Parts: sequence; C-alpha cells; structure tokens
Amino acid sequence: MNMNNDEMLKTAQQEEYHHLVNQMKPKPPVISNCLWAFVVGGLICVIGQLILNYLLVAGFNKQDAGSLDAIIMIFLGALFTGLGLYDDLGQKAGAGSIVPITGFANAIVAPAMEFKREGYIFGVGAKIFSISGPTLVFGFVASVLIGLVKLWVINW
Amino acid sequence: MAAIKKRGQQTLMFSDPPYITSWASMAGPKEGEGPWAAEFDQILPDYLIGEASWEKAESKMLRETVKLALSKQGLKPEDAELLVAGDLLNQIISSTYAAREIRVPFLGLYGACSTMAESLLVGAMMVDGGFYERVVAATSSHHYTAERQFRSPTEQGVQKVPSSQWTATASGALVVQKAGAGPRVSCVTVGRVVDMGQTDVANMGAAMAPAAADTIKMHFQDTERLPDYYDLIVTGDLGAVGMALASELFVREGLVPSPNYTDCGVLLYDGLQGVDSGGSGCGCSGCMLAGPLLRKIKNGEINRLLFVATGALMSPTSTFQGESIPGIAHAAAIENI
Repeated sequence: MNMNNDEMLKTAQQEEYHHLVNQMKPKPPVISNCLWAFVVGGLICVIGQLILNYLLVAGFNKQDAGSLDAIIMIFLGALFTGLGLYDDLGQKAGAGSIVPITGFANAIVAPAMEFKREGYIFGVGAKIFSISGPTLVFGFVASVLIGLVKLWVINW
Repeated sequence: MAAIKKRGQQTLMFSDPPYITSWASMAGPKEGEGPWAAEFDQILPDYLIGEASWEKAESKMLRETVKLALSKQGLKPEDAELLVAGDLLNQIISSTYAAREIRVPFLGLYGACSTMAESLLVGAMMVDGGFYERVVAATSSHHYTAERQFRSPTEQGVQKVPSSQWTATASGALVVQKAGAGPRVSCVTVGRVVDMGQTDVANMGAAMAPAAADTIKMHFQDTERLPDYYDLIVTGDLGAVGMALASELFVREGLVPSPNYTDCGVLLYDGLQGVDSGGSGCGCSGCMLAGPLLRKIKNGEINRLLFVATGALMSPTSTFQGESIPGIAHAAAIENI
C-alpha cells in the first residue's frame, strides 16, 4: 500500500520530533535508582530472612516457617501501605520495593484503600485486583502450564 | 458573508474587548508551599476540606472559587448569567456538581489542562457577541482525583520519572463582563489538535509542546503582531521538559519569544518540591492566571499577556489501546487597553 505524500511528511515530522524529545528528555538517575533498589530490596529480604530464622529457632518446621514468614511480610507491606509510607518508599526504591512480596501486598491494598469511597462492592471488591490482577492471571496460567509439563513430561 | 470578527485562520478579534473585572484562585497545601502562596486567595489546609471524597472536595473548591470571584465585586452567585467551566474528571463532574449548587445556566467544557483558556475564550466570545453581560469562566484540578483516574492508586509505591509532572490542586475563576474595569481580552486564538505521535504519558509536556507552538505561531500569523508585542507569553503546563521543547520549536518556526516566554507548570512550584518536570492540570494555569498573572496586569507590571493554556487530550482507554497523545492549546491575549 502506498502512503501519499502528506502521510509520509507527517511520519517524517513525527520521527524528527521523537528524536528531539529523546534528546531533551532528562535521563532518570539510573545508578542511584539501582543503588536504592538494591539497598531497600535487600533490606526487605534481610528482614524476611531474620523473621524466618526466628521462626525456625522458635520450633516451626521449614515449610510452616516459610508460610508464616510470607504472611508476616505481606502483613507488613499492607500495614505500611495503610500508614501511607509505602508509596514514599516506592518513589525512592522503585523495583526494590515492588518486587518483594511486600510490593505485591502494596499493589492489592493501595487500590482497596483508593476505591473504598465507591463502596465495598463496586469499589473495594471490584477494584482490589486492578493492579495485581495481571500478576494473578498470568501466575495462574504459568502454574497450569507447569502443572501440565509435570503431568506429561515428568510423570510420563 | 465573511465572519466579521475572525482574523486569518484561527483568531477572533473582539470589537469591544470584554473586561475581566474580578477573579479568584485557590490552591492546595503543596501549592501553598510554593513561591506564589501569597498570591492565591485561599490555600486549602488539606486535600479533603471537610468533604467525604477528593472529588467532592475538588467540586467544592471550584464552587467556592466562583463565589469568591463574584463576591469581590459584591455580587451573589445568581448575578452571573452563565458559568462556563470544565475540569479533568470523567463527565467533568467537578464542574457539573459545582454548577448544581450555583444554579446559574451552565456550559461544560472539556479541554483537559487547556480549560482555563478555553473557558475564558468561550466566555469572552459570549460577552463580545452580545449574548451575555456577565459570564464566569472557571476550572479546577485536584492532585488525587486526577491521580486515581489517570494513573495509579495514590498509595501505590511506583517510581516517577524525571519527565513526569505533578497535577496541581488548584482552581481559578474569572468574571468576564461587557462593562467594568480591569484587564481586557482583546483577541483569542482557538487551537487545533496537534498530535506528533508521542505515547509516553509520563512525558505530557512533549505531547503538548507542538500544540502550543502551533497555536502561538498561528496567533502571530493571524494578528500580524510580533512576539515582542507581548510583555509575557505564558504557556499552561508544559513543565521544564515541554518548555524546553516548545522553545526549540519556536526557533524552528522562526519565532523569538525566549526572553519573555515562560510556563505556569515551571513557575508554580519551586525546584525542591519533588514535582520532577513541573506542575500540570487545569488548576495549574488556572490559579496562575487568576492569581499572580492578573494581579501583575492590574498593577501594570505586565501590560500585554498572551496566555496559552495547553491540554493533553488522551484518556486511560486511548492510552491502553495504544493511541498517541493529542495535544491542544488555546490562546487569549489579555491587555490593559
């Protein structure tokens, strides 16, 4: 399909402008962002590890201690979201506070808080998974696929 | 028959330039910590101002700003013949619910962040056209109502990029009259939608800058005025990134507005307030015009102002469907005549 001259000119202008924007756009401070993400993400993991060690010393078996640890970390993520601190942390730490399980808690509690004013059904209930929904959907899909792989390949 | 008040392609010259006889502005807590705090009529103590939701708070802010602008002339809300207003929210609810309380005839506008200029130019046309004697043009934006509609829940821990902007919690209202005293709107340029294929919603200045450059170029072409005719040319909310781009585009278009060109989004906050590229939202240019800018015109510090409010006309739906961000800019020349 041939583009007419107007369209070609427009595309060329858009490309030229895009180039100009990329030239003038301030670059994010990648190194300091990485450092923050590393330190904060690492600290969250250290806290998780300390709790796990404590639970193991307290006499839980490895599997129960792991589950309890995850529950406690999710609680902490939710608590700090509710206190209005987790978004400030996220602004500094980026992926460092998104990737750990506390970030997942934040992604569920934040919309739940946000949409409470629209009521418990059409607000909280309908919107609670609006951020974390994709993670859940594709997590389920991945688990089904892995389950099938296990069923067909490993147990064959 | 040719349109008698139209000049060139997009500009309208008023035969009897309407007066902006009074105005009012309100700003949120963060804006109240900025460099212009003393210039706003009221600084909100918090983001809810006693209401049950941010949306209700925004609507109340807009309503009170309109009332305040009228009361400065000793007028009651019902003395306005028409309210022309718009905001950023779906179905412009801040404006419609404000109009519900004010109970005067109402025309709602959507021009995204260009609404201050759009409502002013519509209001001025109504007055110069002889349809009304007193029209109120108003707009508002609220940081948290905009965040939750356009971006992510406010408590979600996401990292902003340096080109992103901070939606201002602010409002502005102007009383436009056929008779009176004050700065006058001599001509307006209605902008075109310009889309240069930008898709980054964290860089709206880049999406709007070409629209601003286009409208300003058309304004000078239509009016045959030179850029130095104006003491100040001010765009709405391009922010630092958009303003730099607009300045570059001006040079390419052969305009030289640099010494007297600035942007409300750059002015509204000082650099330490964590707003990245600057302010945005209808209220950003709204409170700057209905605050410091009109005060400076009244005092004679500025005699000729070209106010060019800019808007990014995307919605979350269009963004998710991969559409680029269309920009628009409307210009109003405000002068001491």
